Amino acid sequence: MEPRTSVIEKRLKSIKRIITVASGKGGVGKSLVASGLALHLATKSHKVGLLDLDVYGPSSHIILGVTTEYPVEEKGLIPPNVQGISFMSIVFFTQDKPSPFRGNDISNIILELLAITQWGPLDYLIIDMPPGLGEETLDVMKYMKHSEFLVVTTSSKVAMGSVSKLLKILIELKKPILGVVENMTMKNTSYIEHEVQKLKVPYLGKIPFDNTLEDAIGHPDLLLKTPAMKHLVSVLKKINL
Amino acid sequence: MHEWALAESVILSALEAAKKEHLKTITDITVQIGELQQIERDIFQFALKEMVTSSGSKLKNVTFHLKTEKSTLTCTSCGHTWKFSDMKKKLSEQESESIHFIPEVLFVHARCPKCGSPDFEITKGRGVTLSTIKGKR
Repeated sequence: MEPRTSVIEKRLKSIKRIITVASGKGGVGKSLVASGLALHLATKSHKVGLLDLDVYGPSSHIILGVTTEYPVEEKGLIPPNVQGISFMSIVFFTQDKPSPFRGNDISNIILELLAITQWGPLDYLIIDMPPGLGEETLDVMKYMKHSEFLVVTTSSKVAMGSVSKLLKILIELKKPILGVVENMTMKNTSYIEHEVQKLKVPYLGKIPFDNTLEDAIGHPDLLLKTPAMKHLVSVLKKINL
Repeated sequence: MHEWALAESVILSALEAAKKEHLKTITDITVQIGELQQIERDIFQFALKEMVTSSGSKLKNVTFHLKTEKSTLTCTSCGHTWKFSDMKKKLSEQESESIHFIPEVLFVHARCPKCGSPDFEITKGRGVTLSTIKGKR
């Protein structure tokens, strides 16, 4: 019998809202939206956690500039505080080395992280997801039944092709979708808005491509001042975040 | 004290199973501990006993049986099999501690000793499993 599943509910019970930042496609800026969302909520004095579930290519730690922080062992693991955010990632255990995992290993990693992480009371837990509909997405749906989804795409038809599939499965499974954010836009087209509305999902708005963003990676204080972050904040306001 | 988190999951899982099976009391719980998780048995046993005291009357007279399961690692590329204990000395303290928390990071920190592949399987001895529960209805 697998004992870890029994404790997950207890670990998450003092978390008011879980928001999963997801996309069907990689490279659309999920980690930046997830980290930006977590930073934004933390600046509003909310208690915020950020869980990076991209076990092959975690990147939230790079965005937040996590270097020396490490979880504390106390009847499990207490995530370190990074810029007011309780932050947990596989990177604490891989030391940022290449991570060749097979499917079942991913599920085991997620289960272990959820079973041993002591988040304590949080207003929000933000989950930074890997792309697609693999183990990570299915496990979040399985273990975090009340999670809401914030979906990220770019303006590309290629990205939207995969994002549509994610939206369709979320709709089929009756998961709450906060809306779709169109990230890194370069021109003012309405293709994504139109596609999202066809699925009867809220379209939240655009975040224009920001060429100052790269210099702010690893510096949350700078990140909060970027045009991209300001656009993200106005998008988030539409859903009262 | 990661052992506490795992002990808590064992207790909650046993109580869940007892409820399903309509057991009034649980008399014996057998827990299998995979070698990879490198559990400190004394701390784990202590944590289990401490948690029993705050878990109600169902577990009042329970006896825990802890069994260690040796690991078997099998290379998917060349078929070689070996044990975690064969390679533990080659791992740093930090790598070993990371495997203690998340056994799957063994794939990150270790390679098949015969062909060097990172593509191997943990066929035995991964983590904590609840093997059997005995009780009275």
